[in-house]
Parts: sequence; C-alpha cells; structure tokens
Amino acid sequence: MTIDSIKNGIVIDHIAAGKAMELYQILGLGKLDCSVAILKNVTSGKLGKKDIIKIDRELDLDWDIIGYVDPNITVNIIKNGERVEKRLLKLPDTITGVIRCKNPRCITSIEQELPQVFKLRDREKRIYRCLYCETQAGK
Amino acid sequence: MENPRSLIDILELSVEEIDELVACATRIMENPAAFAHKCDGKIMATLFFEPSTRTRLSFESAMLSLGGQVLGFSEAASSSAAKGESVADTVRTVSCYSDIIAMRHPKEGAPLVASMHSLVPVINAGDGGHNHPTQTLTDLLTIHHEKGRFENLTLGFCGDLKFGRTVHSLISAMSRYKGTRVALISPEELKLPSYVKKEILERSGVEYAQTTDLEAVMPELDILYMTRVQRERFFNEEDYLRLKDSYILTLDKLAGAKEDLSILHPLPRVNEISVAVDKDPRACYFKQVLYGRYIRMALIMKLLGLE
Repeated sequence: MTIDSIKNGIVIDHIAAGKAMELYQILGLGKLDCSVAILKNVTSGKLGKKDIIKIDRELDLDWDIIGYVDPNITVNIIKNGERVEKRLLKLPDTITGVIRCKNPRCITSIEQELPQVFKLRDREKRIYRCLYCETQAGK
Repeated sequence: MENPRSLIDILELSVEEIDELVACATRIMENPAAFAHKCDGKIMATLFFEPSTRTRLSFESAMLSLGGQVLGFSEAASSSAAKGESVADTVRTVSCYSDIIAMRHPKEGAPLVASMHSLVPVINAGDGGHNHPTQTLTDLLTIHHEKGRFENLTLGFCGDLKFGRTVHSLISAMSRYKGTRVALISPEELKLPSYVKKEILERSGVEYAQTTDLEAVMPELDILYMTRVQRERFFNEEDYLRLKDSYILTLDKLAGAKEDLSILHPLPRVNEISVAVDKDPRACYFKQVLYGRYIRMALIMKLLGLE
C-alpha cells in the first residue's frame, strides 16, 4: 500500500501497533482540516509491527502527551519534503487533561471542572498518580 | 499571590521540622500558660464536610488554648456544599473570614484543592482514606515522648492496613528514620497495599514482615499500633461484618510483649482493644489524645508564623 509522502508536516513514527487511534483521539487530530493518514500494522525492523501517523501540515503538537502514550515514538518534522528534525520523546513529569482518575473517592469524581492532573512517580515503571488522591493511572 | 504554606501530607514536613514541632509541643506541655495568648485575635475555621467530633474538638481546643477563636461547621449538610458549591469557592470565601483553616472532607484530595485557592494556611484534617497528617504528628509526638527517640524502633501495625490512612502516613513518616523495622499484622483482605510496600518501605530500605499472627511478633515490638476496621471505608456491608472482629487485643495476647511496649490507637476504638487493657501501663492511646492537642497547637503556631 502506498501513501503519498508529505512535503510540509509531521510524521509520527514507531507508534506501538494498535496505539495510533488512541493518539489520534488524544491529540485531537480529527479537528484538523488537512490530510491525516493513519497507517496500522506497518512492518518494522525495530518493533515487528508499528503504526504511523502522517499529518500534512506544520503544527505544534503536545509532545508531552505523545511521550505519555509511548515514549518510544519518534516525531519527524518534514519541510520541503526533507526531514529537518527528529524528536525523541520522554515521559512527561505532569500530564493534564488526558486521563481521568477512576477512584470514586477522589475529589475529581464530584467536581467535574477540576483539571485532571497526573504526576510521574516511577519513570522506570511508567507509573503516574493522580495529583489529588494518588491513585495510579489506569487503576 | 502565592498561596501560604499549608499541611496536606505529612511528608511535606522535613525530619527537622518534625523535630521542631515535637520540641515546641514539649515546651507547651511544660508550660501551657506561656502560650495562652499566642493566637490572640486570630480565627481558625474548622470546615468539616464529614463529621469527626474528636478531630474537630482537638483543633478547636488547640486554637482556644492559644487564645484564638474558632468558627465553622461540623457536617456538609450545614455548609454551602449542600447547595453544590465547590471546595475552591467555599475556601475562597472562608479564607476571608479566618486566619487558618482545618478541613476534613470525605473526598480524597479536597484539602489539596482548598490549599490551592486559599488565602490562609489549610491543614488537612483527614481526606477520605487518604491523608491525615495531624494524626501522624500526634502519633510521632506520642512515640517520641514514650520512647525518647525515633530511631531503631520496631513497630507493629495491626488490623486494617488496607484502608487505614493513619497507618500509611505513619509508615511513611517512620521510614525516614534509621533502624525502623515494621511488622504488618492483618487479615489477607486488609493487607497493606502493595504500592505502600514498594514505594515507601522498599524504597526506604525498611526491614518489614507481613503476618496474620499478632502473638508471634508481639515479643519483638516496641510500638503496637492498633487500628479499627472502619465501616465507612467499605462499599459492601458484608465485607465489613466479616472482617471487623479480626484482631482484638486482650491482656492474654500481651503476655509475651516487652515491658516497655507502647500501645497506640488513633481512636475511636470499637472493640479491637479490650477495655481490660486500658489499665495496663503500656496502653498509651488516651495519652495520645492529649498529645494530639499539643502538637496541633505547635502546628497552628508554625503555620501562622508565630514560633
């Protein structure tokens, strides 16, 4: 399958297979008026299978969120058909407004307008905890 | 404007600050009259969105003993929260009426939210099953007065170690001292959560053991911290009824204990310590209540910049 290469835009590469749609939703790429290509299960020497997202426009992305979804993702900035920058990501220290705390005892369960903030507690194990109640993300 | 210093989690206080608070509380105990006017003209608001007579009275007694005054409410039904007001709005308002706030809330993290919006210091007086730093300060002052030190102590925690926030906080605080050893005594269903073991005990290198047998570890203990199985922490009444009588401390069970063991309990007690134990000189849980008043006096002065 062939997807046209982009002239000016962003290629998000090395996304773990199956994670592209999650990233697409979190980054709000559905709201863009440019072409966005999602490639799933692409054969990869490094990962076996991977997903790729190509965005046919230059824009500022929330790098922290991408790092949270998968810090192994690489982001390539394309200008005039050439890669001008390759960004390596890391786990952000704080994530705001991406994941919700699932603890029914947390103050965020009754005060919907409070920002959902998670802090990185263990970089090696990728453990984030709710700022308010310290419940582990995803638990 | 920067928010004033609050106390939400015991670990916000350094070991040195805890030493200072313990020293200050000791000075108050020795000469209460010297502190009777330290808070003249100051007002404490006690915002209790969930009833807790003991903790509220302790804060109020502490403030009154310093010459200050108190105002507040003792349940959410008599506050504007019943009308749906947010914690942030309540605290923005109350911090215009008071110099310091003590807040209890059934939802975890509510006092942190309050501290982010308050013009005056906020003391977390308990947020659900999460933090209760002044209980931990009370426990620490009790330990220091009974043992004369924080280092090289073996502590046994018995009962509900899963939902018992006082246990988690005291383990965190004691993990910072050299030579702390911990015995975790509970039924399977109420074991200490693994994240407390991994992120606090193991990270601090504290030696610990888990057991269901209180009497087996009793001879090793310097401190026995008993807890109540709390009905309000269970979503399921059946689970509560099944587990509530798991450990009851009696004089028989104390037979193998050290002569200078100190028995602590955050109170209120239901039946987990037999009343026969109250007369044993090793029972410290009622003295603990008095220590709670003095350490809160010390804390109020610290947060108001009066000491």
